[in-house]
Amino acid sequence: MRAVDALMECLKAEGVEVVFGLPGGANLPTYDAFYDAGIRHVLVRHEAGGGHAAEGYAKATGRVGVCFGTSGPGATNLVTPICDAMMDSVPVVFFTGQVRTDLLGTDGFQEADTMGMTLPMVKHSIMIQDPQDLPRAVHEAFHIASTGRPGPVLVDIPVDLSKADIEYIPGGEINLPGYQPTTEGNQRQIRLAAKALAHAKRPIIYAGGGVINAEASAELIALTRYGNFPITATLMGLGAYPADDPQWVGMLGMHGTRAANYGMDEADLIVAAGARFDDRITGKLDEFAPNAKFIHIDIDPAEISKNVPAHIPIVGDAKNVLSRLLGEYRALDPDASRLDDWWEKVNGWKDKYPLAYEDSEDSEIKPQFMIQALHEATGGNAIVTSDVGQHQMWTAQHYGFPEPRRWINSGGLGTMGFGLPAAIGAQIGCPDTPVIVVAGDGSIQMNSQEFATCVQEKLPIKVFIMNNGYLGMVRQWQELFWDHRYSQVDLQDHSPDWVKLAEAYGMQGVQLTKKESLIGDMKRIMDMDGPVLVDVRVTREENTYPMIPSGEPARNMVG
Amino acid sequence: MSDSPTTDPLSLEDLHASVGTRTGRTHVLTILVENKPGVLSRVAGLFARRGFNIDTLAVGPTDDPDLSRITLTLDGALHPIDQVTKQLHKLINVIKIRDLEPGEAVQRELAMFKISAEATQRAEVMQIVQIFRGKIVDLSHLTMIVEITGTNDKIAAFDEMIRPFGLVEMARTGEIAISRGRAET
Ligand SMILES: Cc1ncc(C[n+]2csc(CCOP(=O)(O)OP(=O)(O)O)c2C)c(N)n1
Ligand SMILES: [Mg+2]
Repeated sequence: MRAVDALMECLKAEGVEVVFGLPGGANLPTYDAFYDAGIRHVLVRHEAGGGHAAEGYAKATGRVGVCFGTSGPGATNLVTPICDAMMDSVPVVFFTGQVRTDLLGTDGFQEADTMGMTLPMVKHSIMIQDPQDLPRAVHEAFHIASTGRPGPVLVDIPVDLSKADIEYIPGGEINLPGYQPTTEGNQRQIRLAAKALAHAKRPIIYAGGGVINAEASAELIALTRYGNFPITATLMGLGAYPADDPQWVGMLGMHGTRAANYGMDEADLIVAAGARFDDRITGKLDEFAPNAKFIHIDIDPAEISKNVPAHIPIVGDAKNVLSRLLGEYRALDPDASRLDDWWEKVNGWKDKYPLAYEDSEDSEIKPQFMIQALHEATGGNAIVTSDVGQHQMWTAQHYGFPEPRRWINSGGLGTMGFGLPAAIGAQIGCPDTPVIVVAGDGSIQMNSQEFATCVQEKLPIKVFIMNNGYLGMVRQWQELFWDHRYSQVDLQDHSPDWVKLAEAYGMQGVQLTKKESLIGDMKRIMDMDGPVLVDVRVTREENTYPMIPSGEPARNMVG
Repeated sequence: MSDSPTTDPLSLEDLHASVGTRTGRTHVLTILVENKPGVLSRVAGLFARRGFNIDTLAVGPTDDPDLSRITLTLDGALHPIDQVTKQLHKLINVIKIRDLEPGEAVQRELAMFKISAEATQRAEVMQIVQIFRGKIVDLSHLTMIVEITGTNDKIAAFDEMIRPFGLVEMARTGEIAISRGRAET
């Protein structure tokens, strides 16, 4: 059979139920195979939309996302989602078409060095040189993307090879002598960690996206509750621990809560699970958590001691390690009252520094209230995707995620335009869960072509644009750190009429401007059929607080 | 430190983080990789991206046609070597990495020196070449080419001795290394 037909068989064998993509010359054979392969293909309007949709699908379901693009410009358009998936450890397999093998390296039409340009931002990549290798490459790609620390894998297929006849043997085995991720944590290290925890007087748990990737939320909750530890999480870890729980101290980092950041600053022992001590978490590295010892649990050995030296490193899968750590800790039967003073302090911060904001005196919608209203209108149970900017941080702060895989955003790369396509993937992966986008009026314009995809696929996604008429986060930095010199951030008079834009795409559009009716209006919108674009007018110049100024230690938080 | 599950006393003060330190010496890493296209760019790209400086790099086949060996030296005063090796291990095509301890391995490099030795100086040059167990592999009216194998240090010493005679150009292969005794590299 043709190599591309074998590719379809491999996708089915991998349990792929949907792929995202857009065809072109160099992957015509692949699209010919899609014609009657019986695999759902979602046609996006830009390859970046396809890549982010595959990410959204993967983040919402925990399964591997799949995206197809053609050579040259198709591949260059995929660079952003590939990098995004790398930064946030998202399992996605990207398939790109490539020019004929006899044209390789000659600057042929639509030739780009796809392997070369993506080399620094893939977990792995494979260029097909013998069509007979394609099935094995596909299975290896899925295996690598989804195991260990997940990430993007690229498979580049020259068009002539994709048409070639091959002998397809189902169930082809993989051969990866250099790839054996450690999943079992070392027993001795886990015991030592339990002992350190039992002796800690000011411990705190610091959970990251790795806990969600490892499906280790239950284990995290069990350990945290049993030990009565305060717990915080990164932007990527939100939902790993329920936000309405009394032990939750709020998000960590640049726009996290004071309780979380001060908690890390004064802790004597920090348990980092599936988190990587990013600069948005540590602030000034030399002054980060000066009193703490670190237990660092991560499946990627290279993360351990990369930024902050670990005292007790534990390489392994968070689910495996956290459950065994609880077992060892329980066996020590530590005295819970040793944490009383610590809790008094932590609760003092929580009481003194809640995420407050000044309400408007008129009907104006405050951006923070917009997010709280969305929580009310959705019962806190929606899958929420976002773009990048102030609206993203307010959503992270105020929505209150009850469980993992409900909060889908671009953390590491901070990619504007991520929200809408990611929601497409999430809604396709979770057809029975309401999916909303909290979009920025700037960001949404980077992938608004995907409204067509929503309509075509009849996806009931509700897109709420937090419309402040600004590239708000940049305006905030210019206000605070560049002496109010607002340079190229005003969008007010030149954004489209969002209601008309929605209608032009054949979907419904609504504008909301009054806080009094906001929750009711949002509930009504949530009950509408099909996709809806909602233009929510909010306070224009509101700042996202609190904030650790870039490069400063946590105790210098402002706002 | 005891690993018994009992609550014998442990002070958090006793916990130390030992990684991330700089050793201060030159490290010879031998990296066994799958012989696949692009592997060298992956390794080289990783070094560039993470800001690691390579002193020397040599690549060649091994006894197994599916595998190649990359030998590189880098300065442990500048880089935390454990971070370097951990990042290298993340490359799927990297099978094995050894950070060879000095004394535990035999290291060699090949160098060729083109020297503009005049006829009157040749005897002296040849004497130096002999002391360093080098070979004269080419001779013309104006120049001679000398081949030297040895450790970095030996080649550096030869360089120092021969330079005053008039060095025209020089080429070095970069070090390769193999572990002593029965241990596999
Ligand atoms: C692709 C891309 N370009 C530029 C930036 C820098 N950036 C970060 S936030 C931001 C403003 C986003 O504006 P908007 O989407 O309206 O969100 P707001 O901050 O106003 O809520 C910009 C330009 C980015 N993150 N991504
Ligand atoms: Mg805005």
